[in-house]
Amino acid sequence: MTPRTPGADLPDHPDWLWRNPDPKPSYDVVIVGGGGHGLATAYYLAKNHGITNMAVVERGWLAGGNMARNTTIIRSNYLWDESAGLYEHALKLWEGLEDELDYPLLFSQRGVLNLAHSLQEVRDSVRRVNANRLNGIDAEFLDPAQVKEICPILNVSDDIRYPVLGATWQPRAGIAKHDYVAWGFARALDRMGVDLVQNCEVTGFERVGDRIVGVETTRGDIRAGKVALAAAGHTSVLADSLGLRLPIQSHPLQALVSELLEPVHPTVVMSNAVHVYVSQAHKGELVLGAGIDAYNSYSQRGAFHTIERQMAAAVELFPMFARAHVLRTWGGVVDVTPDASAIMGLTPFEGLYVNCGWGTGGFKATPGVGWCFAHTIAHDEPHPLNAPFSLDRFTTGALIDEHGAAGVAH
Amino acid sequence: MMLIPCPWCGPRDESEFHYGGQADVRYPENPGTVSDEEWGRFLFYRDNPKGVFAERWVHAAGCRRWFNVERDTLTNEIRPAHDATTRTVTR
Ligand SMILES: Cc1cc2nc3c(=O)[nH]c(=O)nc-3n(C[C@H](O)[C@H](O)[C@H](O)COP(=O)(O)OP(=O)(O)OC[C@H]3O[C@@H](n4cnc5c(N)ncnc54)[C@H](O)[C@@H]3O)c2cc1C
Ligand SMILES: [Zn+2]
Repeated sequence: MTPRTPGADLPDHPDWLWRNPDPKPSYDVVIVGGGGHGLATAYYLAKNHGITNMAVVERGWLAGGNMARNTTIIRSNYLWDESAGLYEHALKLWEGLEDELDYPLLFSQRGVLNLAHSLQEVRDSVRRVNANRLNGIDAEFLDPAQVKEICPILNVSDDIRYPVLGATWQPRAGIAKHDYVAWGFARALDRMGVDLVQNCEVTGFERVGDRIVGVETTRGDIRAGKVALAAAGHTSVLADSLGLRLPIQSHPLQALVSELLEPVHPTVVMSNAVHVYVSQAHKGELVLGAGIDAYNSYSQRGAFHTIERQMAAAVELFPMFARAHVLRTWGGVVDVTPDASAIMGLTPFEGLYVNCGWGTGGFKATPGVGWCFAHTIAHDEPHPLNAPFSLDRFTTGALIDEHGAAGVAH
Repeated sequence: MMLIPCPWCGPRDESEFHYGGQADVRYPENPGTVSDEEWGRFLFYRDNPKGVFAERWVHAAGCRRWFNVERDTLTNEIRPAHDATTRTVTR
């Protein structure tokens, strides 16, 4: 695609992109949660499997959850084959998504640097680069001078508390404008006749024995042939109403943006050790994220000391940020699993499918989730790419431990 | 930032504490007879309520002792558990 002037692409106001229908009494498929994952799943159910008698049911406004709150980083340089398979499938879909949806997503493959600050991190990073390459994923290990070349504003001197000893580099990684991604999917779904039902909270399920046949909502009961959960941080609340226990914990995750600045930051920089990640949005804000707040919470805010820590790390790595003003901070509710990998697949209930546990890093997976979850729902069987992410791995022990391995903050 | 009531030191800033997750998770009584399913439950499954949650904190930068509180995970309203200081720590 030819480069475009940022802002020149601003799409239509969302009101004009989709209808705002009342729920019908019944659908073939009801998807709970109108974030990126719910929308992408509906899109590929319609496109790849011909299912359009379908509703995406959202308790608030469309894509107002984590979809509107994340720091938009997209990459696929995960360590394990299972993760690499899923995230790389997603990245390949991202690469064609603007054309496919015929909608600007401001998808920008500006690359991502994952910094290493200790000898052990250097070794882990080199290992991950090798694993990435074996999986056909673009990856390189760079020394501090090469890192500086790619991101000149980064402080690579060796007299800071956690000096940069090197970094992994994935050139195809980048960012996309999260709202536009949701709106692009929503517009396409609306055109295919799928109902996007807002202000409609699912409060329970209708069941016949162990079969789920519908949902109870704040706007009445809706019968459904199949029900798919894509409710991110709130999945436990929904599953509890069925007595279904899931190995997830919901935590606040915060981010912040600066005022608008001249283009200064050419790529995405992430550091697991000092835990900050930053890129510059198309308009010019510096977008910074931190780690989760330690405690469980459903309030979409966290504590200030988390932000202070993140800012201290950022200013040490990027001394020029000391002069930038914070414009806004906010939080989302993310669901974290014990092995830092998602859960996607069947449940003990017939006709109920679960997609959750993406924690701090599910935006990048959005199209891949949609593709694989749609397959799982349509065929009552996981797609080969999401089969390893089934719930039973917490019994069999076949965990996908990205936590320690790939530095999976996002 | 939350003010967390340490039973020994009184209310202190959250940043003095570390989080310990759900309170009173018991190690299986007869480990030899526990099924894979039950081990999985013990290791990986915790409650995740939207509402009151009995949980543990350690006053890491203070008296370094563990205790329990009940906290509303939506509002962050927090009160000492009735047996805040007596419950045995099992994990
Ligand atoms: C601060 C922050 C930074 C992040 N940064 C990144 C990043 O840089 N890169 C990355 O890959 N990921 C990132 N993430 C994670 C990413 O945002 C999530 O993993 C991803 O958005 C989850 O999928 P989703 O988009 O469907 O979730 P959401 O957008 O949260 O969708 C779930 C929807 O379900 C709705 N819902 C919940 N309960 C009900 C109910 N009972 N009835 C009806 N609807 C319901 C919610 O309102 C919500 O809209 C970040 C998250 C946060 C909070
Ligand atoms: Zn104390």
